Amino acid sequence: MSGMKLVYHLVQAAFVAALALAWYLATYNGYISPILLPSLTASLHEFWLLLASGSYWPDLQVTLTELGTAFVIAAVLGCAIGYLVSRSGFTVRVFDPLFAGLYSIPLVLLFPLYVLFFGLGSGSKIAIGATIAFFPIVLNTIAGFDYVDKAYITAAKSMGASGFQMFWCIMLPAAFPVVITGLRMGFIVAFLSILGTETIASLAGLGHRIVTYAESMDPAKMFAYIFFAILIAFLLNFLVSTAERRARRGPT
Amino acid sequence: MSATAALRDRPRRMPLVDFLSRPGGARLAVIALILIVWEVGVRLGGDPLFWAPPSKVVVAFFQLIGNVPVMTALGTTLWELIAAFVIALAVGVPVGLLLGLHRFMRGSFHPIVLMLYAIPQATILPLVILVFGIGPASKIAFGFTHAVFPITVTIVAGVQNIKPTLLTCARSMGANRRQILWNVVLPHMIPSFFTGMRLAMSADLLGVLLAELYVSQAGVGHFTRLFTESFEPQKLFALVAGLAAIAVILNELCRRAERRMSRWHE
Repeated sequence: MSGMKLVYHLVQAAFVAALALAWYLATYNGYISPILLPSLTASLHEFWLLLASGSYWPDLQVTLTELGTAFVIAAVLGCAIGYLVSRSGFTVRVFDPLFAGLYSIPLVLLFPLYVLFFGLGSGSKIAIGATIAFFPIVLNTIAGFDYVDKAYITAAKSMGASGFQMFWCIMLPAAFPVVITGLRMGFIVAFLSILGTETIASLAGLGHRIVTYAESMDPAKMFAYIFFAILIAFLLNFLVSTAERRARRGPT
Repeated sequence: MSATAALRDRPRRMPLVDFLSRPGGARLAVIALILIVWEVGVRLGGDPLFWAPPSKVVVAFFQLIGNVPVMTALGTTLWELIAAFVIALAVGVPVGLLLGLHRFMRGSFHPIVLMLYAIPQATILPLVILVFGIGPASKIAFGFTHAVFPITVTIVAGVQNIKPTLLTCARSMGANRRQILWNVVLPHMIPSFFTGMRLAMSADLLGVLLAELYVSQAGVGHFTRLFTESFEPQKLFALVAGLAAIAVILNELCRRAERRMSRWHE
């Protein structure tokens, strides 16, 4: 089987190499206008310069600050409201479909409104990121606390657990894995929507920088920032997945 | 029963207790409360350049329905959505089947598909616009790149979830490849196919609307920008509400289809 894996990796490497070669050849003799597709070497060179010079830092800082603020707002509100709603079966039946219905709307539609309210700067990005991240967090929090196995609750009650003990020793550990999944999903959608709305209208940030270079017809730099944003996305993905796995293992 | 029906018809006049004790009624009450707070809040202290009360939004909504350019723009956007969706199906389904059925292809290319799926597509939006222009083509392309991955990935998962017993059984009864594909694989694909369609539709909406908001000549993005810049919030709210309604309807259609088509499977 490991021999098969090696073959798969070889095919994958060959595929990537073929893509790179196609890119290289397509731009080598100017078959494709360099404004649409800059040469691969120029793009990689710019990417390298970007990494080496650290000139990504101000934009990265803006994007990550927006992301952090939006996520904290969404996490606090989502977990708090989700927990309160999950306290009774009635409120779950009232609010759960409401949140789920709102979540099925592409909330990025609200962005023009948010630009009106919060301006072009970080405010509107934080607001849209927090709005979009709120829903997976609140829905998972409700689901997590609502579906705690009744046998545990009955057992804890019959053994005379206090309210706090009930929460800390029964409800929280049981709900935790679902809640943490919601937090991870919220973090990722917040990042994606902040990146997306920075592209649409903003003053700074990674998405903004990509657009700036696209509009100033500097495609090699644009690709450098695209590569960089993808790199950051993979890093963040890896970080939150690792954090999720750690957190799951922790309290149990 | 007729008493409860009367309660449902005139919820705000009645003592409410019966009505509010049902989840659906309480939900309506929550929505009504939000609308009332919004209406009163905006009328008392909202800046009319940025806020519009729901009553004015409703009026603007009906004005927009009679507005030919806005309706044409909605039509354009709807057409972009459907075109992107159809192309994504035409590419995603065969690729998904190929990756799902062919062990070598799956081992080699499924990781690549998953990695492409993980790329934040907002980063390539300016590139898509550069390549496809600011007309409908770029929206279709961006909707396609959003929709094709959920379809492909769900179909691969659907094929792999077919019980091996069924395949072995069919094979031992002497079915050939085509018979297995047609009588075993495809029927079992239907639920995951519709799940993929639903996921793809919401991704498609996201892609097309992002591209519309980014730059647009003829679609709804043009009007969201116009209404924002001319400080007509009631029209902007109405347009957003209309788009949200379209999104909800498309999602609901896909979900209905999914539920109906996967029923036989249970």
